[in-house]
Amino acid sequence: MTRIASGAHLVARPIEAERAAERVGGLLDHSLLSRASLPLLVLLAALPAVAGAFNETFYVGVASRILIFALAATSLNLILGFGGMVSFGHAAFVGIGAYAVGILMNAGVATAWIAWPVAMLASALFALLIGAVSLRTKGVYFIMITLAFAQMLYYLMVSLKAYGGEDGLSLSARSSLGLGLDLGSEATFYYVVLLLVMATIVVVQRLLNARFGHALQAIRENEARMAAIGFPVYRHKLIAFTVAGAMAGLAGALLANQSGFVSPALLQWSQSGMLMIMVILGGVGQLYGGVAGAVVFLLLEEVLAARTIHWQFGLGAALLAVVLLAPNGLMGLRRKRGAQ
Amino acid sequence: MSAVLLHVDGLVKRFGGLTATDHVHIEVRTGEVHALIGPNGAGKTTLIHQISGAIAPDKGRIRFDGVDVTELPIHRRVLFGLARSYQITSVFKRLSVLDNVALAVQACDGRGRRFWRAASAERARYDEAAGVAERVGLGGRLGHVAGLLAHGEQRQLEVGLALATRPKLVLLDEPMAGMGPDESERMVALLQSLRGAATLLLVEHDMNAVFRLADRVSTLVSGKVIACGTSDEIRNHPEVKRAYLGDEAEEAAA
Repeated sequence: MTRIASGAHLVARPIEAERAAERVGGLLDHSLLSRASLPLLVLLAALPAVAGAFNETFYVGVASRILIFALAATSLNLILGFGGMVSFGHAAFVGIGAYAVGILMNAGVATAWIAWPVAMLASALFALLIGAVSLRTKGVYFIMITLAFAQMLYYLMVSLKAYGGEDGLSLSARSSLGLGLDLGSEATFYYVVLLLVMATIVVVQRLLNARFGHALQAIRENEARMAAIGFPVYRHKLIAFTVAGAMAGLAGALLANQSGFVSPALLQWSQSGMLMIMVILGGVGQLYGGVAGAVVFLLLEEVLAARTIHWQFGLGAALLAVVLLAPNGLMGLRRKRGAQ
Repeated sequence: MSAVLLHVDGLVKRFGGLTATDHVHIEVRTGEVHALIGPNGAGKTTLIHQISGAIAPDKGRIRFDGVDVTELPIHRRVLFGLARSYQITSVFKRLSVLDNVALAVQACDGRGRRFWRAASAERARYDEAAGVAERVGLGGRLGHVAGLLAHGEQRQLEVGLALATRPKLVLLDEPMAGMGPDESERMVALLQSLRGAATLLLVEHDMNAVFRLADRVSTLVSGKVIACGTSDEIRNHPEVKRAYLGDEAEEAAA
């Protein structure tokens, strides 16, 4: 009796913080809009014009890159943050998307209307296959098996000399979009990326707030019980894993366009680790966690790398500070303050 | 006599050298409250795990409502109407009571997965969930976070989750575990109120509750069913007294 009572006390403490969520769909529903989102959107829309006015168009490219990583990190957050699947191989799906665009470009298929959907499909297919095997394991084994699959694909691309092997592939140009839009223009490319990132976030939000997302998040909370109330847990996780793979593939397609270059380094474990750090930094299981993490991580990198070659030290310190002071990430910090 | 709803036939489960379930044969009839008693380590929870589908038996068949469910995974059995509650409370601690029950309704209301429409807008489902919460005595706690409820209330929610799946048979694994006398009394009343609505297979150590609730009682000792009968038959069964009830009496005396 005493044991049970003290156990209940132990679990009750971290839950106090969730008291703000005492309403229908509290923890399960995620709002697309907040007070900050409209001003931020205006700022993002105005960015190319502002950068142009200051003659600093270089930063439009930087912003595109950050948005692309925001997309990749958001896709990882869907499975890591909302599905509780700690995948350590997410960069593989980004890399496959990037290679799909690069390989198609070399084969003469330059139109984005074919290359980008193919990139998403290819990544989704690999995610489906890798997920089908990996999701039969749990915990640390899942982390290791996703890492192993990603490293296998990395070495596969290193060994494929037809696609540049270790040296990678250069893209002769950016994908062509038609509609009178030239993706070669940094500003146009930036707006296309911005639109796709926004669309992805809307899709993720709708998914999370729908029946599927509620089930996915409840699986994160208590997987055994979800099975015991009638949910096919494995199928839910596999669908989420595949959708996240497709979104990562889109990020990869955009990244290939942004840098004009694809190489095996895109699939390497350090890239997967970086995406994971972004999610943890921004907020695991927060709708905008991936975005916030990508922005802060890449801006820190940009600022610190300009000052010191030991920029990773500063980045590590920042990550440590976030983990210690804001265990729910930067977006979690915002939510807590809003609740008070 | 009513039809047999659950038919467990020759079930065997071994863990290494230990035979936790030893050729168990149990029949649960539609509408009855069937109790499963036995000393600690008799294999009651292991049996519940196999019937619910959490673990697979080594041998034997489980027929439920005319269907052989032996090979079905746990979530498929729930859709057939075979639900369970846990001995160790297993609710969604960070979600509200209403969200907890609404999830259990979601799996079994036959409307499947949805990927786009807002789930919280499904009034009918939340109304049904609120009804189930009301029924297990949590009508005034809908917005409360499950992990912050009192122990007894969490046990009520535990049963509520099983009931929300519209079950024909509920496997209740020690619903009164860790409860004080008042909480136990409320749980007995709750289980009494379910009579007629669902068939119950109840594992319980509280003999007072068992003999008040059960129509029939099976006694499990070392993985074997040593006796099955009405409460009175079991109370006076010499082997049951020696293997189990005797212990309790001695413990109570000590």
